[in-house]
Amino acid sequence: MSKLVKDMKEAIRLSGLKDGMTISFHHHLRNGDMVAVMVLDAICELGIKDLNVNISSIFDTHAPFIEYIRDGVITGIETDYMGGVVGRAVSEGILEKPVTFRTHGGRPSDIIRGASPIDVAFIAAPTADCMGNCTGKTGPSACGSLGYAFADAMYAGKSVVITDNLVDYPLVDYSISEEYIDYVVTVDKIGEPSGIVSGTTKITKDPVGLVIADYAARAIDASGLLVDGFSFQTGAGGASLAAAKYLKDIMIRKNVKGSYGLGGITSYMVDMLQSGCFKALYDVQCFDLGAVESIRTNPCHMEVSGAHYASPTAKSSAVDSLNVVILGATEIDTDFNVNVHTDSNGYIMGGSGGHSDTAAGAKMSIIVAPLSRARLPIVVDKVLCKSTPGNTIDVLVTQRGIAVNPQRPELAERFTAAGLPVVDIHDLKEMAEKLNGVPKKPQLGDRVVANVLYRDGSMLDTIREVPVR
Amino acid sequence: MRRSMLFLPGNSPNILLNADFLGSDSIILDLEDAVAPTEKDAARILVRNAITSLGYTREVIVRINPVESPYWQKDLRAIIPVKPDMIMPTKVGCAADVKIVADFITQLEKEFGMEEGGVKMIPLIETALGVENAYEIASADSRVTAIFLGGEDFTADMRCKRTKEGTEIFYARSRMVLAARAAGVDVYDTPWTDVEDYDGLIEDAKFAKSLGFTGKSSISPRHIPFINEVFSPTEEEIQYARDVFACIEKAKAEGKGVVSLRGKMIDAPIVARARQVLEAAEAIRGGK
Repeated sequence: MSKLVKDMKEAIRLSGLKDGMTISFHHHLRNGDMVAVMVLDAICELGIKDLNVNISSIFDTHAPFIEYIRDGVITGIETDYMGGVVGRAVSEGILEKPVTFRTHGGRPSDIIRGASPIDVAFIAAPTADCMGNCTGKTGPSACGSLGYAFADAMYAGKSVVITDNLVDYPLVDYSISEEYIDYVVTVDKIGEPSGIVSGTTKITKDPVGLVIADYAARAIDASGLLVDGFSFQTGAGGASLAAAKYLKDIMIRKNVKGSYGLGGITSYMVDMLQSGCFKALYDVQCFDLGAVESIRTNPCHMEVSGAHYASPTAKSSAVDSLNVVILGATEIDTDFNVNVHTDSNGYIMGGSGGHSDTAAGAKMSIIVAPLSRARLPIVVDKVLCKSTPGNTIDVLVTQRGIAVNPQRPELAERFTAAGLPVVDIHDLKEMAEKLNGVPKKPQLGDRVVANVLYRDGSMLDTIREVPVR
Repeated sequence: MRRSMLFLPGNSPNILLNADFLGSDSIILDLEDAVAPTEKDAARILVRNAITSLGYTREVIVRINPVESPYWQKDLRAIIPVKPDMIMPTKVGCAADVKIVADFITQLEKEFGMEEGGVKMIPLIETALGVENAYEIASADSRVTAIFLGGEDFTADMRCKRTKEGTEIFYARSRMVLAARAAGVDVYDTPWTDVEDYDGLIEDAKFAKSLGFTGKSSISPRHIPFINEVFSPTEEEIQYARDVFACIEKAKAEGKGVVSLRGKMIDAPIVARARQVLEAAEAIRGGK
């Protein structure tokens, strides 16, 4: 028996895909992904229309989605993150139906509990066998973890694996098992390696970013959480990575033996694992070649599914045991609500990803951000979009001081005792406005172009249309 | 307390905006080498406005152009009215170079109705002549509270290669420290120019400290934490200094004339050193 089919179109035909159904993709090939567009090309040739696309993240490589929206092939989008190119088109109202934004934990949760059913899942697989066992750890388009694809494969009506590296059955060390896969398609190339993972992720050289990182690491040290068993997640942004590096130095100096590092994994987290800072890495997504190499070779570097990572309806998920997470923000308001969905003009250029999942789970969630970017204050009265509720954000670290959420007075006390510059978030806003002036709010239309769901499925905020001038 | 001094280009708004938060004890806002001749006027205005409006909490030093250039008086005319803590004149070769700048500062202070002598000076010595005249430079004017060695220009003037080992500046460093201490002023070491080589930086800073330098300058914010650490008293030094004073108090109470600690007699130089350590610790972290 073999599940190999002749080509993409045959797989689509066999899957029973019809107008009005929901298809899904994962984003592990990131900006190098060629599969989503390839599948949509075939769907278009077959004349199927009116599809709802559930994709864990949209990057600029998915720009052809815009054409498929115009042609009526795509009429709905559900995602956790949307890059600037498709984001701009959506903000300007290209889709009639509002986009549904979820979190990386909310997405598998809703798939598993049936709140967002998938008819056909298309799973790009860097290596697979003819029965559909597949992995991201090997192959010319290796991306490491396939964490976000697990729920799709397991809960979709039909699941199709698409690979450019078919190996003899059985694939050793598979991630997703054949028991969930209906069809396997081989193609020449599933992705552009340079867009999938970066060679090495580098920490920032920006002196302001380094000051912020230093404060963040010292705040973690002062929080009382940095003891044996410490668990940690950080983003791949420059200051977040620099904070991880400083934190590693502190952990080694104080001989702190942490339990696990979580999240999207970079070689800096791998370095912390290898230095004995953690017992294990739980990896839902690899960001660079160092992480891919490590997940392939180090048994303590483990792949976890999106649900295991962050699902709020799982019996437990890894974010629930997290001590500290470092996150970014495009805006944060004086109630500590964070926007990571839109830019200051209201255009969609991001999404929650695991932002609100980790903020909710971690004992201390830290936002690192410069006080202003391109003359725009980061601290505002009210964020344009509430991506993560302020009651789950504990600390904001800027180069001009650390603001602590008033609901965590004990943290403010600890930071002050450690000599860190604790300031009121209102004072940070004032400082930024004194230097930059108060920017005008963008004029937004009334039409809702996206609904932002919190991780539990409840409505958190809406994103409104940006009128085209 | 001035352990580290960070050079920052005077024509970069974003850097000036964040200069106070980069960890150095002093910031040196540069109008000289970091600024191209076509940018000199813009940098002067930017630095002046930054000092006026940003409320720097660090010590502010402005490096001006050399007296043989057409810029130094314009630099001072723009900067003195906003009262920086210090002016760093460049390519200073003799006492007269200091006097001409000091006199012009005095003239400006009078003109703008400012307290006379409020702005101090830290001459940058970076020529063979300057090193040869280091003592007379250090004692040329009451505004001079420190001198500073610029290793790059100095080695160019000496026609020798600047190396990481620094053998070629060993004599100049020693001479500078000697001159400064003889004149009763502080003395600052040349920057470590390999931005990525932290181990080299630490060794170089430790060596400068061992020669008697008060602190060290830097061209990279990333070097500042290392320099601060090297030039801060260690926990052991602080404890020893405290023990020295505790011991003296105890001896006084007991009416003893001669005091010894850990088998060594406490004499005047030991007390002076202990006082310096405690003052430094107090200045750095409020005595904690």
